[in-house]
Amino acid sequence: MDDGRDKLRKWVLIIVMHLAALAAWQAWITLGEVEPYIMPAPLDTFATLLEWKTYAWGHNTLITAASVFGGFWLAVVVGVGMAVLFSWSRWLNDALMPLIVSLNMIPKVALGPIFIVWFSYGLGPNILIAFSICFLPILITTSRGLGEVEPELIDLVRTLRASRWQIFTKIQLPGALPFIFSGMKVAVVLAVAGAIVGEFIASEEGLGYLMMQVQVTLDTAGMFMAVLMITAVGVSLYAIVLLLERLLVVSDARME
Amino acid sequence: MSANPAFIQLDGVRKVYRGRRADFLAVSDVTFDVSLGELVCMVGPSGCGKTTVLKILAGLHSHEDGTVRIGSNAEKFDPARDIGMVFQQPLLLKWRRVIDNVLLPAEILGLNMAEARDRAGHLLEMVGLTGFAESYPYELSGGMQQRAAIARALVHDPKLILMDEPFGALDALTREKMNLELLRIWSESGKTIVFVTHGIQEAVFLGSRVVVLTAGPARMADNFLVDLPYPRTLDMKTQEAFGDYTRRIYKLLGME
Repeated sequence: MDDGRDKLRKWVLIIVMHLAALAAWQAWITLGEVEPYIMPAPLDTFATLLEWKTYAWGHNTLITAASVFGGFWLAVVVGVGMAVLFSWSRWLNDALMPLIVSLNMIPKVALGPIFIVWFSYGLGPNILIAFSICFLPILITTSRGLGEVEPELIDLVRTLRASRWQIFTKIQLPGALPFIFSGMKVAVVLAVAGAIVGEFIASEEGLGYLMMQVQVTLDTAGMFMAVLMITAVGVSLYAIVLLLERLLVVSDARME
Repeated sequence: MSANPAFIQLDGVRKVYRGRRADFLAVSDVTFDVSLGELVCMVGPSGCGKTTVLKILAGLHSHEDGTVRIGSNAEKFDPARDIGMVFQQPLLLKWRRVIDNVLLPAEILGLNMAEARDRAGHLLEMVGLTGFAESYPYELSGGMQQRAAIARALVHDPKLILMDEPFGALDALTREKMNLELLRIWSESGKTIVFVTHGIQEAVFLGSRVVVLTAGPARMADNFLVDLPYPRTLDMKTQEAFGDYTRRIYKLLGME
């Protein structure tokens, strides 16, 4: 078995490719003599970290992470919860699902200004924007997963007089987990986008807000660093989701 | 025999599926007895109603006319715990290890889990899965998965095993092997088995009795004892008596 070796090779390749991309970026700026306000070099970008206090990196990143994580986990709870309710009540599902799908066609980003009117500035509305943009994929994939039970398996447990709760906890919910995770992975990306848009339009803190601030002074390096920090927030949430999936879903059942 | 009535008695059983446009006669004239410890094969083409009869026995379907009686004063039958089912698909839960799949009925019935676990271990041995208790279903071949499904059907020690084309999805060689295995398991466990198949040879090879159902219209065409000694061996298939039985069925199904 060359499993360990294969894994090592994969990780080395990942790191090398990332570093190579950074090096190419640096080389392009240095050798191409690109104006720094158009495109900063990676070293200039990272240099903004030295002015930690000025940019308030720690605080701003925490605020953004709070809206991303808050909106995301709220979406997981509400999305999975609603899917469960829908799986219990056919009527509820048939009545509400089409409506939810229609409402989903609204560009959530366009709701931002309205949320400000309703909820004012701050973390709360940003969490809501992140939530509203990412909860539907979770609802839909969970719904599909809960419905994906072989009818013969239901026959089998019905002969044993299994209760609805037993069918739910022993068969439906664990069977839906791979689906839930595939929805969550899509939702991570959306939650990050939602939270940042919220910070663009209405916020006095957070990485999105910081970007709007430094944009005024053409501080492209600061903006780039903010983008990298936002990416880091998304990547860390994604890593948590992958880790949970690894713990909860048998490798054979995982969906890519 | 009147002092010791059959374990299962079906008398003039008829089932009609009510459709929107027209009704569909699924089963008619089904009359046969199954003694305790017998292995009865129901054979017929698709649409002959053999699965429907099985589901009526399992208590999953109602029937219009006729009577169905399982159990007697001497041999009590509790429909909630005395049925084990095996389908064409193994229907194992892929997130559970083999042993935990086998234990599913025990969990649903709320049996003593320590005893059930013990029993499940013995059953895995009996079906030839020693050493695979901690494996996941995806690590097993199709035939091995079906063995696990048979162990699951036996774990709550039911009196009646209902099998719906359990080897229909296996390749021909595995199927022959599983036939021999089933006969061994049947003789070791002493269970009453009703086995549905569209394999004519399989029905004669396994059954102590064969019930022949025909389609269009769905009705019972024959019911006879197979007078071949157990333990049955593969070379019995070349014997004249075996050929007589299969020819009898082919004739009934209009294939000769």
